[in-house]
Amino acid sequence: MSRQEQPVDVVLVGLGWTNAIMGMELAQEGLNVLALERGEDRDTVPDFAYPKMADELTYGVRYKLMVKPAKSTITVRHSLAETAVPYRHLGSFLPGDGVGGAGTHWNGHTWRPMPEELRLRSYVEQTFGKNIIPKDMTIQDYGVSYEELEPHFDFFDKVLGVSGKAGNINGKIQEGGNPFEGPRSHEYPLPPLKRTLNDTMFSDAAKAQGLHPFPLPSSNASEAYTNPYGMQLGPCNFCGFCERYGCINYSKASPQTAILGALKQHKNFAYRTGCEVIKVNLSDDKKTATGVTYIDAKGEEVFQPAKLVVVGTFAYNNVRLLLLSGIGQPYDPLSNTGTVGRNYAYQMMGGATLFFKDKQFNPFIGAGSNATTVDDFAINQIDFAKEGFIGGSYLLAAQTNGQPIHSLPLPPGTPTWGADWKKAAKDYYGHAMSISSHGSNMSYRDCYLSLDPNYKDDHGLPLLRLTFDWKENDLRMTQFMKQKVAALAKGLNPDFLKVSFKDIGTHYDVRPYQTTHNVGGAIMGTDPKTSVLNRYQQSWDVHNVFVLGSSSFPQNLQYNPTMLVGALAYWSAKAIREQYLKHPGPLVQA
Amino acid sequence: MDSNHTDDSRRRFMKGAMWVISASALGSGVMLSANASTAPELSQYKPVFFNDAEWHFVLAACDRLIPADDNGPGALQANVPLFIDRQLQGDFGQAKDWYMKGPFLEAPAELGYQSPLTPAQTYQKGIAATDTYCQKTFGKVFADLSAEQQDALLTQLQSGQVTLTEVSAKQFFDFLLQNTKEGYFADPIHGGNKNMAAWKMIGFPGARASYLEWVDLHNVPYPMGPVSINGDRG
Ligand SMILES: Cc1cc2nc3c(=O)[nH]c(=O)nc-3n(C[C@H](O)[C@H](O)[C@H](O)COP(=O)(O)OP(=O)(O)OC[C@H]3O[C@@H](n4cnc5c(N)ncnc54)[C@H](O)[C@@H]3O)c2cc1C
Ligand code: SF4
Repeated sequence: MSRQEQPVDVVLVGLGWTNAIMGMELAQEGLNVLALERGEDRDTVPDFAYPKMADELTYGVRYKLMVKPAKSTITVRHSLAETAVPYRHLGSFLPGDGVGGAGTHWNGHTWRPMPEELRLRSYVEQTFGKNIIPKDMTIQDYGVSYEELEPHFDFFDKVLGVSGKAGNINGKIQEGGNPFEGPRSHEYPLPPLKRTLNDTMFSDAAKAQGLHPFPLPSSNASEAYTNPYGMQLGPCNFCGFCERYGCINYSKASPQTAILGALKQHKNFAYRTGCEVIKVNLSDDKKTATGVTYIDAKGEEVFQPAKLVVVGTFAYNNVRLLLLSGIGQPYDPLSNTGTVGRNYAYQMMGGATLFFKDKQFNPFIGAGSNATTVDDFAINQIDFAKEGFIGGSYLLAAQTNGQPIHSLPLPPGTPTWGADWKKAAKDYYGHAMSISSHGSNMSYRDCYLSLDPNYKDDHGLPLLRLTFDWKENDLRMTQFMKQKVAALAKGLNPDFLKVSFKDIGTHYDVRPYQTTHNVGGAIMGTDPKTSVLNRYQQSWDVHNVFVLGSSSFPQNLQYNPTMLVGALAYWSAKAIREQYLKHPGPLVQA
Repeated sequence: MDSNHTDDSRRRFMKGAMWVISASALGSGVMLSANASTAPELSQYKPVFFNDAEWHFVLAACDRLIPADDNGPGALQANVPLFIDRQLQGDFGQAKDWYMKGPFLEAPAELGYQSPLTPAQTYQKGIAATDTYCQKTFGKVFADLSAEQQDALLTQLQSGQVTLTEVSAKQFFDFLLQNTKEGYFADPIHGGNKNMAAWKMIGFPGARASYLEWVDLHNVPYPMGPVSINGDRG
């Protein structure tokens, strides 16, 4: 028998961006809100204080702030015919752990999706015809439109204090911004960050080729700022220890710096750390949740009764919790039935490194999202029928850190050790810049999440299994971007050039870091046969369970996910506040 | 991660420092000592993880992976073996954060680390097997080979051309190279990068972490030398 805690109105599972938002919204509503976070408590002081944060080995290489695979990991295989093996140490993606989640050690690239991406299947079918969609590609519409989300994008921009330059305000194209973006109701709250040498060079090269460069929208504050919750950000000092680190300086928007400080002032909000939720408990008819079961720091099992359960444990963790709880029908790719686990997708990246003997970039002068970018090859700019793929990328020149253990690019042909390696390190540190592409990834019938039959966690519960590989469509997309990046790179006339894009036939590799933009598996939509959640991120099956995060995405954006993740959390919160609390039940009739 | 070692070395450091001054450059509350060099001499260091034979191997291998010359410090001058000895005693060596439950299956390389061995065990088995191989082939252990022979052997380990008993030669080499570079470039608080000499060689300012006034000074070399987490100046 597990110990039982006092009932609450709302239990939030996980305390990253999504549940910080939901916590604030529902605490404002006067509800009794409790967050359960599996990791430890964390705040700027003392956890991110200078100088201990400036330690590349501990945080950048040994991943002190990230999840420990010993405690929580997944298994991976490339195809249905293989046996999956564990993701034993971190590489490809670096999920968060502890209060603030991955939002403490993200970069702060803050993109809205394109309107077309939220209704991708409809857009492709209407514009190019049904036939161009490959047979097993399972892309879908989100069931919510850009226009419906715009007020939430706008508000989240203000919560984050995004530094940037708008390209489209209420349909009017703005000089210096992204002319291809969806219309926004307001300019960014802060002006762009100062520019480093690499991105001014990229900007010139892009303009020379008729492209439209603009500063990357950034949640690294360019000036002192107070957000709508009264939380204060200080100007980013380009410390160069941003991604993988907590901000020493109250400059990077994180759940702590942007929301939690204000949320903790609400007496009807509380949180407990070291509490790993292992199950959402259901009533006998399985139509409602009665609360959650967690294992506390002492290893004791606890039942926490609640009227409303909001799951915000990061993309694939959400899927595992649904599967462990028996919410919804698990997806089966063979029969193409069930939904939970369906449509997992990732992100398609590529890049070029340019070496200039006579240029000094001072690469340690970096901020997480200090970059110039172009969106001329975005989803709404490419003729998919002509090019033979569906998707798109933004291209960027970023300078985020010069930490020499994990980012010391050297010219092609340099040996990996010995006197010549050392000489190259001496000669070329600080003389390289990069141009990368950050692109979409479509969803497919056989790329999905399920419980693993062989491997278990410390509680004896099955790990989640990922079945995923790159598909030709997405590899063709990245090969298209390779041409564009190579053209820009050559325009800058470097002494040496290294170009690295995935070739057709490349398999997914868990070893090098790519992005932590894992999506899908508990997707939102309009039809319970092909989605786990309705358009308000409410479970079709259990109406008092809402599931937040990029697990809702039916395929990946060409962008970083957090702006959409946050806006969707506000969208769900509004539906809960204005509709659900008055009439608890399904917000959409199946 | 390895917090014990970090704390230990900080305590040792604080004891060893003759005097401290407050440094506004590092922000309030941070104490800084002027050039207090507390890094031990490698020749005086008594390894804790490695036994004598293993220590000889590691000294010799690190010396080839990053040799000393006019361009900058070698791995031995930078105390890299000392760093590795500490890492292998700590969380990294013991794979404390890694998922190490079985079954351990063969899988394509792209699916990542699938060995039942911790890094510490990989070193122990890798060194023993390499020395056995060298004895058989050259009649000497690795540390006693010529520099050219050592380079050739390291190259073969890296490419997996030699097969070692009980351990993957390539995995062993990969750890060795990764840890050597880590010890070369990590903050001296972890025991390597003695006197921040590797940072000085490439021009990395270490833990300064504050550059707002330098962002738009383009194509100008940054003028200040490195500082470390302990407050040493390079
Ligand atoms: C290195 C890195 C760089 C990134 N850069 C960017 C970027 O530039 N732009 C961008 O848009 N996005 C970026 N991201 C992604 C971004 O961080 C995520 O989109 C965002 O943090 C997701 O928020 P979330 O609330 O869904 O999940 P998280 O932030 O992961 O929070 C989930 C929380 O739930 C907790 N939890 C998990 N399971 C349980 C359980 N069973 N019980 C209790 N608690 C649990 C976790 O410990 C965690 O704290 C980056 C991510 C990483 C790791
Ligand atoms: S680069 Fe700026 S936002 Fe990032 S951690 Fe440093 S000070 Fe904070």
